[in-house]
Amino acid sequence: MINQLSWKVGGQQGEGIESTGEIFSIALNRLGYYLYGYRHFSSRIKGGHTNNKIRVSTTEVRSISDDLDILVAFDQETIDLNYKELHSHGVIMADSKFDPKQPADTQAAMYAVPFTEIATQLGTSLMKNMVAIGATSAVLDLDITVFVEVVQEIFGRKGQQVVDKNMEAIKAGFDYMKDQLGAGVETMQLEKADGNKRLFMIGNDAIALGAIAGGCRFMAAYPITPASEIMEYLIKKLPALGGTVIQTEDEIAACTMAIGANYAGVRTITASAGPGLSLKMEAIGLSGITETPLVIVDTQRGGPSTGLPTKQEQSDLMAMIYGTHGEIPKIVLAPSTVEEAFYDTAEAFNLAEEYQCPVIVLSDLQLSLGKQTVEPLDFSKVEIRRGKLVQGEVPATENGAYFKRYEVTADGVSPRVIPGMKNGIHHVTGVEHDETGKPSESAANRIAQMDKRFRKVENIRFNTPVYKNAPHEDADVLIVGFNSTRGAIEEAMLRLQNDGLKVNHAQIRLIHPFPTDEVLPLVRSAKKVVVVENNATGQLANIMKMNVGHAEKIVKHVKYDGNPFLPHEVYTKVKELF
Amino acid sequence: MATFKEFRNNVKPNWCPGCGDFSVQAAIQRAAANVGLEPENLAVISGIGCSGRISGYINSYGFHGIHGRSLPIAQGVKMANRDLTVLASGGDGDGFAIGMGHTIHAIRRNIDITYIVMDNQIYGLTKGQTSPRSAAGFKTKSTPQGSIEQAISPMEMALTAGATFVAQSFSTDLKDLTALIEAGINHKGFSLINVFSPCVTYNKVNTYDWFKENLTKLSTVEGYDPNNRELAMQTLMRHNGLVTGLIYQNTERQSYQELVHGYSETPLSQADLQLDQAHFDKLVAEFM
Repeated sequence: MINQLSWKVGGQQGEGIESTGEIFSIALNRLGYYLYGYRHFSSRIKGGHTNNKIRVSTTEVRSISDDLDILVAFDQETIDLNYKELHSHGVIMADSKFDPKQPADTQAAMYAVPFTEIATQLGTSLMKNMVAIGATSAVLDLDITVFVEVVQEIFGRKGQQVVDKNMEAIKAGFDYMKDQLGAGVETMQLEKADGNKRLFMIGNDAIALGAIAGGCRFMAAYPITPASEIMEYLIKKLPALGGTVIQTEDEIAACTMAIGANYAGVRTITASAGPGLSLKMEAIGLSGITETPLVIVDTQRGGPSTGLPTKQEQSDLMAMIYGTHGEIPKIVLAPSTVEEAFYDTAEAFNLAEEYQCPVIVLSDLQLSLGKQTVEPLDFSKVEIRRGKLVQGEVPATENGAYFKRYEVTADGVSPRVIPGMKNGIHHVTGVEHDETGKPSESAANRIAQMDKRFRKVENIRFNTPVYKNAPHEDADVLIVGFNSTRGAIEEAMLRLQNDGLKVNHAQIRLIHPFPTDEVLPLVRSAKKVVVVENNATGQLANIMKMNVGHAEKIVKHVKYDGNPFLPHEVYTKVKELF
Repeated sequence: MATFKEFRNNVKPNWCPGCGDFSVQAAIQRAAANVGLEPENLAVISGIGCSGRISGYINSYGFHGIHGRSLPIAQGVKMANRDLTVLASGGDGDGFAIGMGHTIHAIRRNIDITYIVMDNQIYGLTKGQTSPRSAAGFKTKSTPQGSIEQAISPMEMALTAGATFVAQSFSTDLKDLTALIEAGINHKGFSLINVFSPCVTYNKVNTYDWFKENLTKLSTVEGYDPNNRELAMQTLMRHNGLVTGLIYQNTERQSYQELVHGYSETPLSQADLQLDQAHFDKLVAEFM
């Protein structure tokens, strides 16, 4: 019996590799297993190697695993590129169609299974993926009836015959592989899961759902990997709430349209990845100086320029904090789990209105696209707070003077009105302006308005600026990360603790303004601080040095090859220090 | 009902004496009053440049954005509140150089806003460089030998992009210009009004006198029919674009707002932001 398993299916892009993983995962999720999937794909539609690595566990998992139990290969390239991940008792199931060759330096068992042949006999070679699911079930000693419901849902609209054929394909794969394994061969029998209902979603689903829960009713966006799922979800769901999504001509239009809609009182989101964020920067500055609420999602991917568009990276950090010309108050959130992506996106709309400034929800490709099991989301935790938006009638001003939209106040936040409100007329401009929005070059006014804008974010209230698992008052090491590195760090931490090291973990969720008060005590109480991040220059480590000092303790652990951190990579780095 | 004086504020424009933009400002104020607007129900969204300052010179909600982006901001405002009258405005550099992409797409998207371009064929605020509307051969600080690029023909471009309302005017024709802005506001869809608004400081070629000599009023063109797109294109080409009046209007095509699936009949800005639990549960169930 095993309590967790790592399974990978690979082949050419466009062959249905993704749906094979999808069907397998949904069925197991419904049995109560925790899943974590990560897709390796290229920036092309058809062809090129793709694989879907799925981890199945009876306990929570948030990282891809170091090794692999089962590799399902639809071409030789899949074997050659991935067999090294297999451990000694791993299994390769390869389509007999391409006459698979077992690499000499692996102890994993290889079975040539006639995936395509069986599928073709049953009607169409397209079903080779279903045969592979059946064969996998045989290795796992899994009852194939678990797939009935999912197959019905996916193929039901094509008719009962298609459903039946697909189930037949699963059964044929199962029977074939059972025969091959024989009675004497040990299966990788999975422990029973708890059967609890949980969600199975990608980070982008959670961001989009969080936006709806947080009152977002409009989106302006331009397609890009790995952010497009957010707009695709919202265009399906917003019309039921009177809202919509506009696919704009470019990222600049997306961001400025979002500013226009937010100015006019609708919670509006825009989302993109690095290249789009670069284009949005001037507009983000406009949001800052005009104090127009704005929520922007940045799903980081490999940069710079087009970079590695389908690969994991976390290199936009500095750009998100400092990217605009001039200086504006800004909030940058970095959820580290799918659940946090949901809550933080919803909360971003509150922060944007309360502090009247741009709020960037930072994600990364692994978090945005990794499909995983998610504990039920608690909608009661989502609040709608609109800050100093004037409710009801606006009192008349003296002599019809303009409304003081930029009134200098103690907390820096000024009352906000929206177009259409009587007595609320004021001017809005990206030029430095006085309290009514009228352009002003006066030095005294400049200082008053700059100070007022920055005063707003001096005391940001954000529920959990740092996710902490810090059991030790004197730690040997503090491991720090942001966004999706959390899973790999958590697993490394367990192993390091088993080795007797005292390890604390902090995942920074409020990147800017940096939560120095929360982080400094953790840094002080650790002998070493290892900052784990998917970029080349150690951006978070540098931000830590700027804000909390202790440069002598801070060790950068960077990875910028396009792939997520694996738990053993974090483990090994820390071990090197002790 | 507000009078045009109620659309005036006490801000003194920083335009040069004699600038064509003063008349555009007056025409907008008159048109707003004539169509029965209250100041709070008008939003003027402008770009950057001399003309971009106009949103600060009208007593209404005004948003002076960034260079070239008045249109996406204005479309966002209109999507947020369909009951507002939204005017976008800016210069020829704003609309036909840095913001040209937005101009074409705003035209084909056909959101119900009115876009007034103050076209002076020069970059004024940056003190005299060539514009995409400058004629070939036009000498400026950035084209000392004379521009060797072809000038854009915005009205023809608008027709090819699928515009539903295309008009052109001259800033001294206050009455005609006011009437065109009213028609643009009343048009259900995107309205483009290009206004020749001479720069008295930097453009010594396209002066008030030059326009008076070279412009043809469409009302004087025999048999002209603004519902005939083909005729509109022919007439523009025949007159090298130097015509004034309503060039083309298509009243049959529905505006973007009318076509958006599920779009709220009442201003989206007034929507209840609180999702009910049942709705949330339904959304979540799709991920199980």
